[in-house]
Amino acid sequence: MSETSVEKPAGACPEIRDLMIGRVDRLEGLYAGFDRAGIEISPQAPSPLPPAEVIEIKSSDWGRAAAAGREQNWRWAGVWAEDRGYDLMVNACLENHGIYAILRTHLACDHTQLPSHAPHYWAADRPERHIQDLLGICFDGHPDPRRWTRHQAWDEGAYPLRKDFPAAGSPTDTSPPDRDYPFLKAQGASVYEIPVGPVHAGIIEPGHFRFQAIGETVLNLEERLGYVHKGIEKIAEGRDPTGLALLAGRVSGDSTVGHAWAACMAMERAAGLEIPARAAHIRALLAERERVINHLWDLGALCNDVGFAFGYYQFGRLREQWLRENQSHFGHRLLMDRIVPGGVSVDVTASAVQGMRKSIAALRSELDELLTILDANSSLEDRFLGTGILPTELASALGALGFVGRASGQTFDVRKDAPYAPYDRLRVRVPTETQGDVSSRFWVRYKELRIALRLLGELLDGLPDGEVVASWLLPHEGAEGFAAVEGWRGEILCFVRFGAHNVIRRYWTRDPSVVNWPALEKLVLGNIVPDFPVCNKSVNGSYSGHDL
Amino acid sequence: MLRLYGKIFKTGVLTEIVHRPSRATLAHDASVEQAGEALKEIVDCRFRGSLAIRQVDAGSCNGCELEIHALNNVYYDVERYGVHFVASPRHADILMVTGPVSRHMQAALQRTYEATPNPKWVIAVGDCGVCGGEFGLSYASCGAVSNVIPVDLAIPGCPPTPLALLQGLLSLCGRF
Repeated sequence: MSETSVEKPAGACPEIRDLMIGRVDRLEGLYAGFDRAGIEISPQAPSPLPPAEVIEIKSSDWGRAAAAGREQNWRWAGVWAEDRGYDLMVNACLENHGIYAILRTHLACDHTQLPSHAPHYWAADRPERHIQDLLGICFDGHPDPRRWTRHQAWDEGAYPLRKDFPAAGSPTDTSPPDRDYPFLKAQGASVYEIPVGPVHAGIIEPGHFRFQAIGETVLNLEERLGYVHKGIEKIAEGRDPTGLALLAGRVSGDSTVGHAWAACMAMERAAGLEIPARAAHIRALLAERERVINHLWDLGALCNDVGFAFGYYQFGRLREQWLRENQSHFGHRLLMDRIVPGGVSVDVTASAVQGMRKSIAALRSELDELLTILDANSSLEDRFLGTGILPTELASALGALGFVGRASGQTFDVRKDAPYAPYDRLRVRVPTETQGDVSSRFWVRYKELRIALRLLGELLDGLPDGEVVASWLLPHEGAEGFAAVEGWRGEILCFVRFGAHNVIRRYWTRDPSVVNWPALEKLVLGNIVPDFPVCNKSVNGSYSGHDL
Repeated sequence: MLRLYGKIFKTGVLTEIVHRPSRATLAHDASVEQAGEALKEIVDCRFRGSLAIRQVDAGSCNGCELEIHALNNVYYDVERYGVHFVASPRHADILMVTGPVSRHMQAALQRTYEATPNPKWVIAVGDCGVCGGEFGLSYASCGAVSNVIPVDLAIPGCPPTPLALLQGLLSLCGRF
């Protein structure tokens, strides 16, 4: 098995050639790993999901393929399945140094056993249970067979993502609460349990946390999510591209640019549409502004969670200024619906460029001033340093993304490792820390904020002229597209398949929170219960983006 | 520490005077006209100076929560009207509910409503809360908040701006 789908380029410039050769080498390494494990593969050439590679394997080899990937240090990034009417197609996404390899297999509709990836990759745990609940595929050898996304809104034997399940479902008057979920029990002298949620004590999304503690020390934390499951994957089916962009913009309200960009990029790749250079630039402007606003909000909220109100109000003030600027330059405070299939729905005027330049300079000097104050404040340091440590090895094993991963030594950033326009022309610096505590996550955010400001400046300098939206090309029936975008929380993945007449047949998206939520369960262990809010905020997983 | 005080001094007071909404923008214009200036008075007299809101996310995308949070920033500073957000429905006069109500949150929302002492009012916030929004009705979503608990006021928008939220609040209080 030595076939690869990438040709070694002869005439390309040295840097690109090195990159391409690295790509071939890495894929060959993966193929050789499969070969050693005796796994028969057939790489699809040309790949139906460029720039990702698609590798068909037999369903019986599914589990061993993950083991081989793990051995070759490939990161497990996500899994999705599709009911195609006549069979079920399962895809798992692996990543290594910016190369995406998608493993693909087929199951008969009535034979739904598949070896699990979870014994080899922790990150596969919940996504596989999600698929089990929504499509009825049983993962053999999964260490945790409990339901996950399914509470009580639909019956055990019904699978909403199957084609024969009506999107309206067959709801009863009131869906009963999920009382009988088998939480892990801790027993022993002076062990007690704290149930929290789903309705939390603040202005925050719903979810349930079950702590076992001795005194103030957390022995175990179990997350129970899925309360915000809105059936996004199902209701996406049958929409047109514009409708899907609207929905994707509401997967997670604070990542509206990230998710809309990922969905549009996947649809554009499926349709073979190239967006204008100006549109790509404006998309990046919006994405970096989203990053700035959310990091400002998080920095303030982290200060607030340790009782440092000064920080909360100062960062909140700066954030509000940027939100108002969004309103005046782009017409929406949170930038919803600015990214549309084929480009963007809003252009940037010369006066807006001037305005943004000014506000970048202003925010820079404000941050300089605040940095000095924060740095000198020992009460902040007292609560942040050494709290909620996620060790580097654990972060790597989990495949932690975004600022959570970077605070624990993970350098991956889609903008740098698998760049897409316009980041392929920019140098994206990725800040890392190795301590993995709340303090590291705070400072990684701060540094990312500074880097985003520099990127914004470069984007404004290099803003090309031209159209901001290309007219839509009708994708052929069955066309599929895959996209990876760096949202402010980290890598967002998206897969789209079209049916006939420009209609979406399958939409799958993976928010970075899916990977980072399990990290919270680990990093809070051994900390005191009152530090949980700041640990939670330092990870800041999206509930809506996770539950879908 | 001196730097910190210096920064506070330099930042000054940014809290804005909220403009009274025009007749065209809100349904209950007559009462809203009076409400802006009378809000504090109403809160002082009817709610003993303190109007408590319990916010419940019943399935939103988190967009509405971001804007509700913004009500507490220094520009809007909703607490100056005696309005504050509380941690328990037991302490609340008003439930501010966002999202299409997911079926998984349906029972939790009903129980939160029951746990709120009378008299109580419910505000449905955002397009999703008002009519189901982008998500509508499905196997996983009950749609509008009014499909699950009685709603007294709807504040549309995706998400509504802090100003719209404030105007909605004024219009609800202005009814009494």
